[in-house]
Amino acid sequence: MRIRARVFGDDVNTDYIIASRRKRDSLDPQVLRQYLFEEIAPQFAAGVQAEDAIVAGKNFGCGSAMEVAVTAVLGAGIRAVLAHSFARTYYRNAVNNGLLPVICDTSRIREGDRLRIASGEVYNETTAEAIAAEPLPYIMRAIIEAGGLVAYFRRHGDFPA
Amino acid sequence: MAAQTISEKILSAKSGKNAFAGDVVVCRVDCALGTDGSTPMAIDYFEAMGGARVLNPGSIVLALDHYAPAPSRHTAQLHQRMRHFAAAHGILLWDVGEGIGHQLVVETGRALPGGLAVGADSHAVMYGALNAFATGIGSSDLAAIFISGKIWLRVPESIRVTLTGRLPAGVYPKDIALALAKQLGADGAAYKALEFGGLPESPGAMELDLEDRLVLSNLSVEMGAKNGIFAADEKTFAYLNGVSSDPEMADPQTPDPGARYCREVEMDLDRLTPQIALPHCVDRVMDIRESAATPVQMVYLGTCTGGRVRDYRQALAVLKAGGGVAPGVQLVVAPASRTVLETLARDGTLAEFIALGAVIGTPGCGSCCGTCGSIPGDNVNVISTANRNFKGRMGNGAASIYLASPASCAAAAVRGVVADPREFLA
Repeated sequence: MRIRARVFGDDVNTDYIIASRRKRDSLDPQVLRQYLFEEIAPQFAAGVQAEDAIVAGKNFGCGSAMEVAVTAVLGAGIRAVLAHSFARTYYRNAVNNGLLPVICDTSRIREGDRLRIASGEVYNETTAEAIAAEPLPYIMRAIIEAGGLVAYFRRHGDFPA
Repeated sequence: MAAQTISEKILSAKSGKNAFAGDVVVCRVDCALGTDGSTPMAIDYFEAMGGARVLNPGSIVLALDHYAPAPSRHTAQLHQRMRHFAAAHGILLWDVGEGIGHQLVVETGRALPGGLAVGADSHAVMYGALNAFATGIGSSDLAAIFISGKIWLRVPESIRVTLTGRLPAGVYPKDIALALAKQLGADGAAYKALEFGGLPESPGAMELDLEDRLVLSNLSVEMGAKNGIFAADEKTFAYLNGVSSDPEMADPQTPDPGARYCREVEMDLDRLTPQIALPHCVDRVMDIRESAATPVQMVYLGTCTGGRVRDYRQALAVLKAGGGVAPGVQLVVAPASRTVLETLARDGTLAEFIALGAVIGTPGCGSCCGTCGSIPGDNVNVISTANRNFKGRMGNGAASIYLASPASCAAAAVRGVVADPREFLA
């Protein structure tokens, strides 16, 4: 997967990704994508491009467990989030929806850097740096590779044994 | 068998595997809560997964608590959809006004020692106070539980939190939690379990009443924790015997001697002082005296952290000692459940709050997450018994939220500025 880095800081909570109050009017990712990061990066939603990926510091997606914080990101066409660490509910919602969560050292990735994500590694083409990434355990990989829990359950009707 | 933490033991029992920190296991779920914030999406996922019937409807509960009462046509329709789904599948639904789902799970004894109780809302961690492995899940997880009765979980490493001593007068469990958030940081326990306990010579944590343990378990997610768990003791079972539950189903778990902890943290409760979290991070915590004189225009008493009977009694004691609410301060009371509200009505506490000019909200999540209820205006400082103070959290990004104990919130209501509650308890 080749992506362009859109850089955020530490402790980006789910209300900053998509404000709780926006859920009142619609759960449609195509509607919610208009309000992505409106509190902390008001220009982001209008300018997001198909190859963009989120690159964050520690504790990305902290706060509420609301799943729209993942589906709104997917709605904007983003397929991966790289972070030094994730809040656990965000991490599991990402896995369950087929948004690739990559845990790696993001400290030297800059806005607009071109990255290539492969299993166990992120390669920064802009700076020619290889960054080690944590491998995904089997159950998580099976769900992401299926395209998320919906696709997995449609195919198998249950979890892996 | 190697020594295990409480969390490892419960997830081993529920997965049928000998599970240790770092393993990813598929577990049977004993109780799952969905709210109006998460269930409509779960129903979408359920349908998209090809779900036709709910495997164990008796293990599921649904609560209409985030939009209580529904502030718009759209949210009213979400409630209608949940009511129809619950009726069609034989699932218990707590309707508008019954209260916050987490409080109701605890009040009805659905989270039991040694059980696996999850909720599609982050504050499900609260049931860990009852020795359940309890954690927040997403809507897709809830849909998969509807279909299969199971969930995948990574077994967390555990941080042992040893609390010793006794809380001084004017200092409360909320102060312990805030001090711990300061010490660990907002992600200090990410992916990990907090396992609370004391020492044989100073039981500390185990001297806390069940209602107080709920506050610590509830706030464990604000340090990033997957769950925050206590051992079960006579206080746990006294509580369970007092609610309509099935305590003989309990399978209480204690840590093995020699269980592995990734970190050990100690706190001496005797030395703790009232704390306050400043906007807009739960771990931006200081001694409340360092923030004294910060003006406050709204005081919020409620939520799954600070909306139980003892919270209101503690707040009322300070309000009465201080002579009432300062001019220019709006006091909002939104009890965690109808049962809490009824108790306050019966013992006269509610009448006293009304006489003091409090606005009484519907039992539920209220304005904690800005979905309904009293939204603060621009540049308003709110002091709240809640668990979160992110920018925009209560529905207005131009307001600032401070978090403190019920007594500290009441002290601010009396003075119109942040104040030390111990000044009113002499």
